[in-house]
Amino acid sequence: MTTTAENRAEVSAALADSAMALPRLRIDYQPLLIIPLLALLAMPLVGSFPTWVTLTVAGLAMGMMIFIMASGLTLIFGLMDVLNFGHGAFVSVGAFTATLVLLPMKNWVQADSVLLNLSALGLAVLLAMLVTGVLGWAFERIIIRPVYGLHLKQILITMGGMIVAEQMINVIWGAEQIPLPLPETFRGVFVFGDSAVEKYRLIAVGIGLAVFIAMFLVLNRTKIGLLIRAGVENREMVEALGYRIRRLFVGVFVAGSALAGLGGVLWGLYKETLTAAIGGEITVLVFIVIIIGGLGSVGGCFIGAILVALVANYAGFLAPKVALVSDILVMVAVLLWRPQGLYAVAKR
Amino acid sequence: MMLNKLLSGDFPRSRILAGLLLAIFLGLALAPFIASGARPLNVAATICVFIVLVASYDLLLGYTGIVSFAHTMFYGIGAYGVGLALNGMTPGWGAVSIGLACALTLSLLLALVIGLFSLRVKAIFFAMITLAVASAFAVLASQLSEFTGGEDGRSFKVPEILQPGFRLIDAEIFGRAVDGKVITYYLVFFSALALFLGMLRIVNSPFGRVLQSIRENDFRAEALGYRTVIYRTLGNCLAALVATLAGALMALWLRYVGPKTFLSFEVMTDILLIVVIGGMGTLYGAVIGATLFILAQNYLQTLMGQASEMLSDVPFLAQLLHPDRWLLWLGVLFILSVYFFPIGIVGKLRAGVRRKS
Repeated sequence: MTTTAENRAEVSAALADSAMALPRLRIDYQPLLIIPLLALLAMPLVGSFPTWVTLTVAGLAMGMMIFIMASGLTLIFGLMDVLNFGHGAFVSVGAFTATLVLLPMKNWVQADSVLLNLSALGLAVLLAMLVTGVLGWAFERIIIRPVYGLHLKQILITMGGMIVAEQMINVIWGAEQIPLPLPETFRGVFVFGDSAVEKYRLIAVGIGLAVFIAMFLVLNRTKIGLLIRAGVENREMVEALGYRIRRLFVGVFVAGSALAGLGGVLWGLYKETLTAAIGGEITVLVFIVIIIGGLGSVGGCFIGAILVALVANYAGFLAPKVALVSDILVMVAVLLWRPQGLYAVAKR
Repeated sequence: MMLNKLLSGDFPRSRILAGLLLAIFLGLALAPFIASGARPLNVAATICVFIVLVASYDLLLGYTGIVSFAHTMFYGIGAYGVGLALNGMTPGWGAVSIGLACALTLSLLLALVIGLFSLRVKAIFFAMITLAVASAFAVLASQLSEFTGGEDGRSFKVPEILQPGFRLIDAEIFGRAVDGKVITYYLVFFSALALFLGMLRIVNSPFGRVLQSIRENDFRAEALGYRTVIYRTLGNCLAALVATLAGALMALWLRYVGPKTFLSFEVMTDILLIVVIGGMGTLYGAVIGATLFILAQNYLQTLMGQASEMLSDVPFLAQLLHPDRWLLWLGVLFILSVYFFPIGIVGKLRAGVRRKS
């Protein structure tokens, strides 16, 4: 048993050309088809092809950013049955940490050179992930460890952690909005034919895909990934086999927090202004996405994120008032179809 | 005994607690005549409304053991129902009752749908769904500005007897004119009292006992033959209706509705903080918690401002004590209280009695 359909696809493909030792695993294609279907369906509705391209790329970029923020949360939930309502705090902290690099390094950021811009961004991302990773470790240690297995207390405590983190950001960085300008060469648009695509969105899509592929490879091709997937399926069994799942969990928590930090940097650059509430606002979207994907499923989370973002973008163009509640409508529709989310993880 | 009937047999069971409750009751009942000026009366009315709001939330969190983040949504529905009706129609009791009826129906439907939809699954699922629905509702309320007034909200006229210009009698009683504001205050106070006693009745009824058994062990409750989904959904609907009424009372008092006052997430976190600090699973916790919290919100911030000014030479500390940062301290208090005394103030007071006896 594996966690998601992609995993199954991957495994069965690998088996097909090696030995044919095991029966083929059935692949759950239906959710995978939703996104191309949706995009095709939207084309005639939007009307003009260039607009459609712009909207689709915007949706993909937004979806990738949401995925980066949500993936850690869904893994944490899947592995240890802990739902961190304070996940948004890591997003905020990540974004604010980026200002520590990007604002003082003005001449690198404003220089008209891809290399300097990229290294400034890289440094910012590195610092943000480092800080949120360490913070995640502390958060797990202090806030979450005493309340394993107690859902009610988890919700309350992590909410409390979120409040404190948000207020601490206000204390350290002040309560005013902080501008977070994009590096010089990432501004502007690429023009393909008639359609204009913002450069930064393409970069976000690239980073998102890279994260997804890296995560996919780690989960499916390494021993740690194998243990994580096994832990999601049956924690007690993995423990009984002698693996210290607690350590594994701390690792996943730190990685998930660092990913939220990365997502925060990307999201902050996308918004270009920062307030301490940025994490709280995104939390709702992240929750919707992991519910749609099926709690604990990384593949489902990926599809869910792109689905929500695409629908939000198309709806924003076609019927702006509907776009206000499009996330909820998507969630309701998906849950009516599959009450456990797109890819239900066993036993939950 | 009369008191026994009124409190539904659920006595404070602690002398200190009983004293505190009596003091709060008397303070609220005589508020217009104890203190002068508009601000203390405003604080007292806010306390009344919050006692009801928090107690209805405790019905969910403390008694049934489910976490909802949609409570402010129902509070907002009540406020907007009354507010928009009074704004759109001729201000009178007819408009109030139509608005209230619409709001109650909408709340009931929403609570029913959310409950049946998501209460089958785990508590955590319900928490996330309610968070999503509530935030969508808040966005709708602030964006559909032709209808709701958008971010600015709407202010409106209340029925004549409740208007500040109205005089019941010309003479002043203990230095306060008996005007519409005082009448509104007593409307709020007595409605809040009735709602609170009603809820006390509910939680001490067989129905309330079933809710508590679901909190303790839903599997066992199901095995005993209680349809837990039905009971949870009923609890959810009940809490939603009471929250709607609380919202309507608050709207009548403020003569204003707006998303920031009624729908923002801050109100939700306030409610959570009050329930946990006051004590989950006991309605008296709502009384103590709401009173302390609202008093602190209104008066502690002033103190913090003075402390912050005194420490203005020490930059970081001054920031920490800035009046806008008071939520930071409450958040810390919240985390500590979930860890170290999850039974809250009331639970501690009652436990103290039990140990002695």
